[in-house]
Amino acid sequence: MTTNGAPPPVLSLKGVNTHYGAAHILKDVDIDIHAGEMVCLLGGNASGKTTTLKTMLGYLRPSSGTVYMDGENVNGWSTAQRVGHGLTMVPENRRLFKRMTVKENLEIGAYLRQSDDLDADYERVFEMFPRVKERLTQKAGTLSGGEQQMVAMGRALMAQPKVLLMDEPSMGLAPVLVAQNFEIIEQINKAGVTVFVVEQNANMALSIADRGYVLQTGKIVLDDTSQALLANPQMRAAYLGDV
Amino acid sequence: MVLVAATGMVATFQPRLVIDPIVPLGILFLYLLAFAFGWMAGQPPATLEGYEPATAGSRNVLAGALAGLLGGLCLGLLLIAITVFDLRGVFINMSPELAEILGFGLPVAAAVFVIAVASAFMGALGAGVHLLSRRVRRALIGALTAVIVFSVLTDLFGQLFAGLSLEPVIDFLYTGRGGALTIIGSVVIFGAFIVLFWWMEGRDSTLRQRVQAMPKGQRSRWQIGAALIILVILYFVPRIMGPFVSQILVTAGIYLLMALGLNIVVGYAGLLDLGYVAFFAVGAYTTAILTSPQSPAFNPEISVLASLPFVMVAAAIAGILVATPVIRMRGDYLAIVTLGFGEIARILLNSEWLAPVFGGAQGITNIPDLQIGPLTFSTPQDYFYPIFLFVLLAAYVTFALQKSRWGRAWMAMREDESVAEAMGVNIVTAKLSAFVVGAILASFGGSLFAAQIGSVFPHTFDIVVSITVLVIIIVGGMGSVPGVTLGALVLIVLPNLLREFSEYQFLFYGVLLIVMMLKRPEGFIPSKRRAQELHTEELSQDAWLEIYGEKGQAEQVPEGAV
Repeated sequence: MTTNGAPPPVLSLKGVNTHYGAAHILKDVDIDIHAGEMVCLLGGNASGKTTTLKTMLGYLRPSSGTVYMDGENVNGWSTAQRVGHGLTMVPENRRLFKRMTVKENLEIGAYLRQSDDLDADYERVFEMFPRVKERLTQKAGTLSGGEQQMVAMGRALMAQPKVLLMDEPSMGLAPVLVAQNFEIIEQINKAGVTVFVVEQNANMALSIADRGYVLQTGKIVLDDTSQALLANPQMRAAYLGDV
Repeated sequence: MVLVAATGMVATFQPRLVIDPIVPLGILFLYLLAFAFGWMAGQPPATLEGYEPATAGSRNVLAGALAGLLGGLCLGLLLIAITVFDLRGVFINMSPELAEILGFGLPVAAAVFVIAVASAFMGALGAGVHLLSRRVRRALIGALTAVIVFSVLTDLFGQLFAGLSLEPVIDFLYTGRGGALTIIGSVVIFGAFIVLFWWMEGRDSTLRQRVQAMPKGQRSRWQIGAALIILVILYFVPRIMGPFVSQILVTAGIYLLMALGLNIVVGYAGLLDLGYVAFFAVGAYTTAILTSPQSPAFNPEISVLASLPFVMVAAAIAGILVATPVIRMRGDYLAIVTLGFGEIARILLNSEWLAPVFGGAQGITNIPDLQIGPLTFSTPQDYFYPIFLFVLLAAYVTFALQKSRWGRAWMAMREDESVAEAMGVNIVTAKLSAFVVGAILASFGGSLFAAQIGSVFPHTFDIVVSITVLVIIIVGGMGSVPGVTLGALVLIVLPNLLREFSEYQFLFYGVLLIVMMLKRPEGFIPSKRRAQELHTEELSQDAWLEIYGEKGQAEQVPEGAV
C-alpha cells in the first residue's frame, strides 16, 4: 500500500455531499483509493452505496466537495471523460446489452480505445473466462447469470481500466458463483488493476479487500483495514451476522 | 365483416368488377374475410418438441365453417337491421344500396340464409386448405392471389402492357384498359400461376440457396450480373410505366428516403421521434427559399442542386435544435416532445408572423426543376432517377453506419443508456448525431419533393407524414433496409394504385399494424437482429423453452414469408 504520500490516490472523494433533489444522500464522504489497492465499501440498503458510485462516475454531481482522479479535480468532467481516464464500472445485476451479441458487448467495452490492438485484450478476457469465447456470437441476454457476470467483467476489462468499480458483484448469483466471482476479482486486482467493490456481503468482500469503508445513512462510520474491520465488535454485530 | 360493410367499403368497391361479369370486388372482399376467418380457425396449433403434432382433419374444417358461419350470421343480422330499421341517420353507409348488394337482391329471409351458407362454405374452404399438401396449397393460394392482384391492379398492368406495346394482351385479359378481367383472362392467369407456383414449390432448392452454394468467384459474378439486370430494368421502369405510376413511385421513393432516415433514429438509436416531418419540411422550405424567384424575403435563385449543401446544413441545425432539449429525455417523454416539435414546425410555417419568410398559407411556388449539368428533370419519370440515387445513397449510409463505431454506440444507447455511458459512450453526441443524420436524410427527401412538385405549402407537412413514415418502418422491419423498402412500396404504392382503397388508406394501415404486431412483430423483412430479439424474448418468457429457441425461430420465419 502506498499511503506514504508520494503519488496521489487514483480516485478519491473529499468532503463530498450529494443530493437527489432535496434528499441529502451522501454526507461529507471521504474515500481514498490508491493504485493497486482493493478497497470495499460496505453498507446496508439505502445507505448511499450506489450514490457514491454514481458520484465517482459523474452521473451525479456533488453539491459540495470534490472528486479527484490522480490528484486532479474532475468535478467538471463528463462520465465519458472519466471513463476515458481509466475509470470503468461493472454495474449491479450485470446490465449487459442483452440484445447485442457477446462480442458486441465486449467491443462496446473498448469503445473509447483505438481499435487496432484489441486482439490481445480479447485473448486476456478469453483466458480469464473461457466460457465467454464459446458464447461469442450468442445474444448476451440468452446467457446464464454466471456467464453474464463473466461478460460484464470482460466488457469492463476491455476498457483497460486503471480503476474498476464493481457494484454488488454478488447480487443475484448462486453462492458457488459468488465465490468464483470474488476469486476473479482478486485475480484482476493482482494483475494490477485497482478495484473498488461495493457490497452488502461484508464477509465476502472483506476476505479479499485490503481496506474497507462502512457507510451508514450516507456517512462513513468506519474506515480501516480488512483485518481490523473483521475483528471490530461493532462491525461484527451490525454486518457480519454475529449475535 | 359487419365492420367492413358498415364502413361503406363494400358499396364503394362494388362497381369494380374483378372478373367481368360474375365477381364484383365488394362481395369478393367480404367473403375473403370469411375465408380468412376459416383459415385462422383451422390453423393447426404450433407443434412443440416432444408433442405429437395434431393431425389435421374434418374437425378443422368444421371449426372453419363455424367461424365463417358466425361471420355470416353477423352479416345477416346487419342486413335485417338495415332493411327493418332505417339506420342511415347514425350510420350513413347503411343504405338500401348496401342491403341490395349484401342480399344479392333476394328477399331478406332468403338472403340471410344464402349469406350464412356462403360464409360457412368460405370458412370451411379456408380451413380446408390446411388439409391439402403444402405444394398444392401454395400453388392454389398463389394462383388465386395472382388473379386478384391482376384484377385489382388493372391500371398498373394495363400501363405495363401498353408500355411494352402488347395491347393485344390487354384486350385478351381485360375488358378494355383499366377494366375488369374477362372470364377467359382470369382462367388463363389462374392456370399460368398454378403451374408456376407448382413448379417453384417442387424444386429442391431455391435460387438463393443455389447462389449461396456457388464458389466465391462465381457467386460474386452472379450477384454483379443480377444487380446489373435490376439496374437495367429500373432504367426502363419509368419509361414503360408512364407518368401516373412513375409519380407514385417517386412519392414512394421520397417516403423511402425519409423512412431510411427515421430508421436510423428509431431503429438504431432507439429514439422515438414522432415529429420527423419537421426535417422533411426544413429540406423542402430551404430549397424553396433558395431557389424560387417568388420566395418572399430572400431569393438568391440558386439552382436546386446548389441548394443541397445548404439544405444539409439547415437540417443539421434543425436536428441539433430538436435534439438538444431532449437529451435527458427517454421513451414516452421523448416521443411526446418530438410530436410537439413536428406541430410547431407546421404552425410556424403557416403563421402570419413568419409569412414574410415562408409565405404563410400561400406557401412558396415557382420552384425550378432540378438540373444537373445539361440534364433537366421535369416529369415524374425524370425524377425517378435522382430519387433512386438518393435512396441508394441513404441505404449505403445505413449499411455503413450499422458496422461503425457510431452504430455500435447508438445500439448500446438503445439497450441501456446509463451503462453505455459508463462504457464511455458520450450520450449527448450520440443522440445529437442520430438526430442529425436522420434529419439530413429527411431533408433531402423534402428538397427533392419541393423541386418535383414545384411548390411548398405548410399543410403538406402534417403529422400524418410522420406517422406514415413510422408505420413504414414498423411494418417493413425496423433496422432492415430491404424491409423498409418493401414497407414503403406496400404502404405508399398500393393505396395509390388501388383507387377504391385510397379512401380507406388509414383504416388499412391500422388493420395492418394490428395484424403485424400480433403475427409478425419484426416486420416483413426484419433485420436478423430484430427477429431474434423479438422471438427469443417471447421464448425466454418460458425459461424451459429457451433450449428450443433456435428451432422456434426457424419455424417462425418462413411462416409469414408468403
